Amino acid sequence: MNTIQVVSRRGFLENVFSAGALVLGARILPVEALAADKADDAAWHPSVYLGLEPDGRVIIVAHRSEMGTGIRTALPMVVADELEADWKKVRIEQAIGDPKYGSQNTDGSNSIRSFYEPMRQAGATARMMLESAAASKWGVAASECQARNHEVIHAKSNRRLGYGELVALAAQQPVPKKEDLRFKSPAEYRYIGKDVPITDLDDICSGRGTFGMDARMPGMLYASIERAPVLGGKLKSCDDADARKVPGVSQTVTIDPFKPPYGFQALGGVAVVAENTWAAMQGRKKLKVEWELGQNTSYDSETYRKSLQETARKPGRVERSVGDVDAAFASATKTHEAEYYAPHLAHAPMEPPAAVAEFKDGKVVAWAATQNPQAVQDTVAKALGIDKKDVTCHVTLLGGGFGRKSKPDYVAEAAILSRQLGKPVKVVWSREDDVHFDYFHSAAAMYIKAALDDKSRPTAWLGRSVYPPIGSQNSVDARYGGAGGMGWIDVPFDIPNFRAENGPAEAHVRIGWLRSVANIYHAFAVHSFVDELAALAGRDRVEYLLEILGQPRIIETRPPAQQNRPNPYPLDTGRTRRVVEQVAEQSGWAKKKSGNGRGFGIAVHRSFLSYVATVVELEVDGQGRIRIPRVDTVVDAGKVVHPDRVRAQFEGAAVFGTGVALMGEITAKNGQIQQSNFHNYPVPRINEAPYETHVHIVSTDAPPAGVGEPGVPPMAPAICNAIFAATGKRIRELPLKKQKLV
Amino acid sequence: MIQFKVNGANRQFDGDPEMPLLWYLRDLLDLTGTKFGCGMGLCGACTIHVDKAAARSCVTLMKDVAGKSVTTIEGLSPKGDHPLQRAWKTANVPQCGYCQSGQIMQAAALLKDKPKPTDQDIDKAMQGNICRCGTYQRIRQAIKMAAGVKA
Repeated sequence: MNTIQVVSRRGFLENVFSAGALVLGARILPVEALAADKADDAAWHPSVYLGLEPDGRVIIVAHRSEMGTGIRTALPMVVADELEADWKKVRIEQAIGDPKYGSQNTDGSNSIRSFYEPMRQAGATARMMLESAAASKWGVAASECQARNHEVIHAKSNRRLGYGELVALAAQQPVPKKEDLRFKSPAEYRYIGKDVPITDLDDICSGRGTFGMDARMPGMLYASIERAPVLGGKLKSCDDADARKVPGVSQTVTIDPFKPPYGFQALGGVAVVAENTWAAMQGRKKLKVEWELGQNTSYDSETYRKSLQETARKPGRVERSVGDVDAAFASATKTHEAEYYAPHLAHAPMEPPAAVAEFKDGKVVAWAATQNPQAVQDTVAKALGIDKKDVTCHVTLLGGGFGRKSKPDYVAEAAILSRQLGKPVKVVWSREDDVHFDYFHSAAAMYIKAALDDKSRPTAWLGRSVYPPIGSQNSVDARYGGAGGMGWIDVPFDIPNFRAENGPAEAHVRIGWLRSVANIYHAFAVHSFVDELAALAGRDRVEYLLEILGQPRIIETRPPAQQNRPNPYPLDTGRTRRVVEQVAEQSGWAKKKSGNGRGFGIAVHRSFLSYVATVVELEVDGQGRIRIPRVDTVVDAGKVVHPDRVRAQFEGAAVFGTGVALMGEITAKNGQIQQSNFHNYPVPRINEAPYETHVHIVSTDAPPAGVGEPGVPPMAPAICNAIFAATGKRIRELPLKKQKLV
Repeated sequence: MIQFKVNGANRQFDGDPEMPLLWYLRDLLDLTGTKFGCGMGLCGACTIHVDKAAARSCVTLMKDVAGKSVTTIEGLSPKGDHPLQRAWKTANVPQCGYCQSGQIMQAAALLKDKPKPTDQDIDKAMQGNICRCGTYQRIRQAIKMAAGVKA
């Protein structure tokens, strides 16, 4: 179904490729779409372009956003490898937002998973066309010609031609059918599986990389925006006289409040416009603004926590049910139950949201740090009442994303202001804006009850999870987040009676996905609970885990109506077991002795289709301070394209997860967020992060799975389990900074 | 009129003396390698050198740099091949890269003071520089590599 055809140069490609270039558009069907309902919609949207210039240069278009995963390097490596291209002659161009690329929404740890095969096909197609071009030139069989490192070689006659010399002829060759494509064997790979330096390495290390915060347009103005402190608040009055007196400030502009549901819309507020960022920020401080705060002023994190916990004690909507949990509880001689709670979190990427946009002649051109340039097109078009084809979104480097930059409200702000002012406008969020007006990771309450056999192994499991839903972006009536596949319905243990429920909760702040999403709190609850069961059993944690994981098997978690469809990524507990066994070996688990302020904790979690087991070594000193000398993590992410970047993602996830466990907490009072900057929303620093993280990648031919997020979920439970091992103190509420450990 | 040097070149400024150096560098000189992260001296993304000492440019005011010599990441080494920059590349430190200018500038100041830093020296000098991607382990490795001390 994935077909590749030669396409004409059009649109932005004219800027990228010179005349005479051979341009291949890979029309692809994402791997996951094979099993999806909307396969037909996705099938014919081209998603990647590769061009060969007459001078031999290869241009590969990166259509996914670079926020630190290395994707701007890894996907082009796949194309270049199958093309037998010389990496030194490859130039990478960042795509603008355009549905023709397929999904550009760089989230869900999805890029390699969805685009590995299409990229291979794009490269192999071009390689075979170059080989047939050389064959026709030499009058020999194409099967005698082989592409090798940017040239085609006819070994028999010792002739060779560079790719550049073949471009014109190659463009005229018939495009091989997908079923006729020949792929390289893994032994022949030049780049896949090798550690190629990221394409932006020199720029970043010398300060030349262009992030959203750095983008400029000629004649642009700078804006800093005062927004209602409570979600849904409306402007009552604004006196901007003093603001306009600040040197450099030109004027103020009112942005209309969003119409519920909040979606990706600009929040609304008063923008102070100036000739530089500092003047805009200073002017904003002088605004005298009164707000009609609205009904979300009732939002109070303490009260809300109690309401989530109350809801979790009552039956919820059943998301998955196996066997008869109620009957098993009724006949059980022993049960165990526990409640867990995790608070809101903010993404706090190092680069606060920033974008520059120009509205001119009914069209918008924007430069933005965005995970999703197509959402920029949609959002800006809707905000201005123009066609989304008239919105051009250039994607800069992202100074971190973690899900925040999938929501382009800040780009809409820049476009709205530019239309008003008739000049390009750059909108810069301060750190305080970023923390106050984030799309917050949900606070969540969870309840788990298990019936236990005489060896404290679970025979029945009831899990209830309650949190304000991400769906509140699109519906004011949204109450159920759904337990989904995010670690709640897909518990991997061999338990004959199982029921997962989800209770209702209303959102009073904007809610959004944050690196590994619901897996964060679900993994915290599930893998802390399992550690509690192992403690009740008095068992070694690794032995107990392996025992309740049971024999290697496939667990079907999909609803019955979907179970007859092919599933390229079944939940395979054999793979879960393997990462547990390997992390035990890698960390030297058998020789580790916990106690006296030193503890080892383990957690295993599958998310974004990858299997990850993590062992944390932790010390608690006499003042209750935590130090993490070492983390061992084993990841089975299927086939891996760039091992070094995979290791980097898991090293980083260990730090991110440490922040979740130790210090991350956003709270609201009277509807207003109480944190504002890194002094009261701390994130791990070099002296607080794990000292060393050892990442071991399982070697496998399984299809590629996610990498950016799956390292995060095991961290909080592994840390809390290590604390129990070190101190005997059981942690059921995050973050740890609120807990007395000694 | 405030007179000073930026990356060796003479500069003068007659605007708001209370303006932080960060915004002068970024908005007026287009030296965008110095990043904005917090505006309160809490994250280190804006780290530069003032007369060879590391400083947070978001809380260093224009009036504070009168007669001083300012160095940014763009001026650390003309060819971008300072030993730390080379080590950063060898260790593949950056993920998103946003904080790395500040990290490198802070580390450069550290190595001037302590050419052979210990882990404790590194913790002390670098804990003001946040990396949200969590590249700390490689930052430590790269500093030791550049300093020629054992990892």
